[in-house]
Amino acid sequence: MNKNKLHKISTLVDELPPSGIRAFFDLVLGMDDVISLGVGEPDFVTPWHIREAAVYALEKGYTSYTSNRGMKSLLEQIAIFTKKERKIGYNPENEILVTVGVSEAMDLVMRAILDSGDEVIIPEPCYVSYTPTVKLAGGIPVILPTWELPGFKVTAEAIEKLITSKTRAIVLNYPSNPTGASYTKKELESIAEVIKRNDVLLISDEIYDHLSYDIPHIAMPAMSEMKDRTVYLNGFSKGHAMTGFRIGYACGPERIISAMTKIHQYTMLCAPIVSQMAAIEALKNGMPEVKKMAREYNHRRRLLVAGLNDCGLKCHLPEGAFYAFASVESTGMTGMEFATKLLKQEKVAVVPGEAFGSGGGKFIRLAYAASLSDIEEAVRRIKSFVKK
Amino acid sequence: MDDILEILVQDARKSPAEIAEMTGKSEKDVAKAIADYEKKGTILKYRAVLNPEHIAETDGAVRAWIEVSITPQRGAGFDSIAERIYKFSEVKNCYLLSGGFDLLLLVEGHSLQEVAGFVSQKLSTLENVTATSTHFMLKVYKENGDIFQSTEKSERLAISL
Repeated sequence: MNKNKLHKISTLVDELPPSGIRAFFDLVLGMDDVISLGVGEPDFVTPWHIREAAVYALEKGYTSYTSNRGMKSLLEQIAIFTKKERKIGYNPENEILVTVGVSEAMDLVMRAILDSGDEVIIPEPCYVSYTPTVKLAGGIPVILPTWELPGFKVTAEAIEKLITSKTRAIVLNYPSNPTGASYTKKELESIAEVIKRNDVLLISDEIYDHLSYDIPHIAMPAMSEMKDRTVYLNGFSKGHAMTGFRIGYACGPERIISAMTKIHQYTMLCAPIVSQMAAIEALKNGMPEVKKMAREYNHRRRLLVAGLNDCGLKCHLPEGAFYAFASVESTGMTGMEFATKLLKQEKVAVVPGEAFGSGGGKFIRLAYAASLSDIEEAVRRIKSFVKK
Repeated sequence: MDDILEILVQDARKSPAEIAEMTGKSEKDVAKAIADYEKKGTILKYRAVLNPEHIAETDGAVRAWIEVSITPQRGAGFDSIAERIYKFSEVKNCYLLSGGFDLLLLVEGHSLQEVAGFVSQKLSTLENVTATSTHFMLKVYKENGDIFQSTEKSERLAISL
């Protein structure tokens, strides 16, 4: 047997860099009694009324496939939500697709729009899937570094500098994982201006939209003339604490949604029906719980950020999501060194900034999706660690 | 509800300094707001939430819900008789309800006999009380929003992106 030939991996996949922090992850997962501020999902369990709706759906025998796009009633509820809360009118019949989380939607949109050699501008630091999904679709990721920009925010000028004749799209994620950065209406307007002027597509990942504490969240497609230029991605994982349900959606121009649906029907067929039933309940009755969780995150956010700055780890108050992105420069360590030593010495887990882009050496990401008492204890331990 | 109150309802031991950090207000403003709430009676008191089962184990404490039917009094309705009842220290909670009976009491004692004694000696003998129905509490699952023995487990990984 020629294993080299038999087990050969496609060049495209083979050349994807493995996550540089896999070893660090294994270290964390191999340790007991760690206080973790390293988790990218809510510490709240899904609100009971949503879980109960899922249980009821199973009892009633909802175990089949659904239409590729998603159940009609879910598509309608998404249209109602985007209209009412985000001021965008999407047609549930052809402008919305229910996906297995925003992760699937991101992959679909890249594969639907990119030809080999097309460029996609990706601001860094960013969530880990953007660059690989562009590459897997044959595109070329063009990194826009925001490490040194105020509040890690993308600016119109920075985008404009990177636009070429090959630029097909730009990815925006706000509130952001890992920085928590979000944008005011004015800031969004200036970004929208560049996008319109250059005729590029915007892929707007707004999965953390419910967790915006200082600025009312404004959806990019709701900005003037932006609906036809935006693929809007959202889901239930963060706001409704439904990560394990794996359910999200994409809204956008009919042609693009229809192309994404084509890929979705061959690869995923449909999102799981129980998750779709749970999502309907979340959209119908979930807002009070979402607001309750958001208020709680907000208190933790201020406590954590004040604590970090108190330790000498410079950290701006993030506008949204549940992450603080702090600089460890004052300690003379890299993010990776800091995170590794902190874990070994104080049993506190944070994520090294390197995970979110090659310029992340000075930073760590701390998630405040953890109880107040854990955050307080973590801050105490970080303080004692930094003093040493 | 105001941020400060919301935090104190969750944890009354949070200091004004901590609350100031959590809300972005100044410590002085928080301390003043709390003092005002205390003065106005918005905050009535601070107390610990105990697990009644642990107390029952150590003290043999017994709790019962008692439905009470009463004849309202001319001029005073239910209020004066309710007052005669809720002033007993055994009565922890007292509500006037619509429906098949009038008052619902939560009564606490050190033993079954003590609660039974309260019902037969004090409560039933009141002139306007026409009937009582006593339900001894066997187990507390949830009280004032707190679940006492959660069976939920989390499979959340200690680290994820």
